Amino acid sequence: MFRFIVRRLLQLVPTLLGLSVLLFIWLRRLPGGPETAILGERGTPALRAQVRRSLGLDEPLLIQYGRFVKRTLQLDLGTSISTKREVTTEFLLRFPGTVELTITAMIIAIGVGIPLGYLAARRRGTWLDHASVGGSLIGICVPVFFLAYVLKAIFAENLGWFPSSGRQDPTIGATHITNFFVLDGLMTREWDAAADAIWHLVLPGIALASIPLAIIVRITRASVLEVLGEDFVRTAESKGLTERTVRGRHVLRNAMLPIVTVIGLLTGGLLSGAVLTETVFAFSGIGAFLYEAISNRDYPVLMGFILIIALFYVLVNLIVDVSYSLIDPRVRVR
Amino acid sequence: MPLLDVRDLSVTFARRGQRTVRAVDGVSFGVHAGEVVGLVGESGCGKSVTSLAIMGLLPKQRGVTIDGVADFDGTDLLKTDARAMRDIRGRDVAMIFQDPLSSLNPVVPIGVQVTEVLTRHRGMRGEAATKEATALLDRVGIPDPARRLKEYPHQLSGGMRQRALIAMAVACKPRLLIADEPTTALDVTIQAQILELLKELVRDSGTALIMITHDLGVVAGMCDTVNVLYAGRVIENARRKPLFYEPRHPYTTGLLRSVPRLDAGRGTPLNPIRGSVRDVLPWPDGCAFAPRCDRRVDACVGEPPALVVGYDGHGYRCVNPTPQGAQP
Repeated sequence: MFRFIVRRLLQLVPTLLGLSVLLFIWLRRLPGGPETAILGERGTPALRAQVRRSLGLDEPLLIQYGRFVKRTLQLDLGTSISTKREVTTEFLLRFPGTVELTITAMIIAIGVGIPLGYLAARRRGTWLDHASVGGSLIGICVPVFFLAYVLKAIFAENLGWFPSSGRQDPTIGATHITNFFVLDGLMTREWDAAADAIWHLVLPGIALASIPLAIIVRITRASVLEVLGEDFVRTAESKGLTERTVRGRHVLRNAMLPIVTVIGLLTGGLLSGAVLTETVFAFSGIGAFLYEAISNRDYPVLMGFILIIALFYVLVNLIVDVSYSLIDPRVRVR
Repeated sequence: MPLLDVRDLSVTFARRGQRTVRAVDGVSFGVHAGEVVGLVGESGCGKSVTSLAIMGLLPKQRGVTIDGVADFDGTDLLKTDARAMRDIRGRDVAMIFQDPLSSLNPVVPIGVQVTEVLTRHRGMRGEAATKEATALLDRVGIPDPARRLKEYPHQLSGGMRQRALIAMAVACKPRLLIADEPTTALDVTIQAQILELLKELVRDSGTALIMITHDLGVVAGMCDTVNVLYAGRVIENARRKPLFYEPRHPYTTGLLRSVPRLDAGRGTPLNPIRGSVRDVLPWPDGCAFAPRCDRRVDACVGEPPALVVGYDGHGYRCVNPTPQGAQP
């Protein structure tokens, strides 16, 4: 197991290297450049060339890439062209928001999706089954930004149950250590700050959870239906075990593999930021920032953010692979 | 008074847009404590459905109808509600299934699968449960039981898996055990060992055993009483000896004749029963075996043949039975 993890981590090196080369070439090939964003319409060709030179963009690609690799190995991701702050600083400021949002969305999606999918399979053909299958179809079809606006209009603006934007009420004056606002609140024992941060997470979390929830319901239903037809479930029933034991130990445990796979992929996807949800709720995560960085051709931000996100994606999938062997002893990790 | 008295058990499966299937049709038999009763027949004759109905393991869906009585020591198992059945199953009535690999949960250690029965019905936990599970595995002849408890089904051989399943079934010393083709998935030497083990369990604990099989060799070696099923009906029932020496129903006779004999000369053709169970009846009543029967007469297609009970309780449903004294 330990060797498996180490080997998978070593595989990260060529993966990230390859990705960085592709990204580098792809970004430089995009029409326009950071100078356009900085100078706007006013830029004369001479001015543009000057800006390019000052950013080191006039040099051959290979040299630029070499410099990027050298810097990155020293854990220096450069400075954002548009905000003039270090990319690492920007990342540490925004990524925690995205992580909190992702965790919230996945808690909702898993917490509702697995029980619902299980019940739909157990009560196959009843109204509950039809409702959850139909509901999940709607969940997949409704655009996230639309759902986000509807939630905001009803629960934030009309009813006023939840805050309509931001990650925390600034008037609380919470102390921030890690920028994970919930965690910070717990660490500093500022309970009101933690509660307020959680409060701010609810609506965007629900909006973001809609698609993962729908997918988890469907995959759980399909997987449970398959396991329910297995002989060992009949054996478990023949032993007179309680419904709870049959469900947890015999049905769900065997149905978990495909569900865990999907959860891994969905989590990885959410970690790359939710532009639409973050925009609607003015939630400062990496989604909106990345979007802006693309329009501004902010090369250092794009390179840095995307590589770190890729790193997290791979790590999440590593966790999924490791959990396989915990769930199913037949899956040997070597 | 038998321990289990099954009377007029019928099971029908109805599906929208399809013809209703009567999988079990008025089956009656009894099992006494310490007795081995065989349910014999080819695939699709209703053996497994009968046992699942008794166990209350048939899916509770629309379209599944179960009628009749399965009187287990005063309790009608067919009328008992699901909750109470969970208390009975595994404690008083247990079952051993056909395919030991697919019947075991692949992701749970053998030990847990044994102890969960002990926990459920005998309230044993931790150390005590493990100790009892070890003893159980030892009793069913699994060597090095303490180590095997920690292993998963895929790490065990086929014979050992079946032994583990038997250990789970007998964990609470059930009064009735149903074995649904317990040896079909095993090779011949292991088959013999498993049958021997089952016989031992019956002898030692006085358990009543329903042996479901299509293997006449198993019947000859194990059963005290035999019920031959065809198309969901018991068409012949007798003590083992009369059934083998003087079968009366042409189907039973055919089954016995179709067994290949080692002492037959080389090149002697086999004696199969012609046709297949799927041959549907062009008539609603009458004997289901008639389309395949060599002794068919006009009366066979009229109405269902009544049960004729002869000497020593030997019963059969046939209007033109194999004559007594004819060598099968």
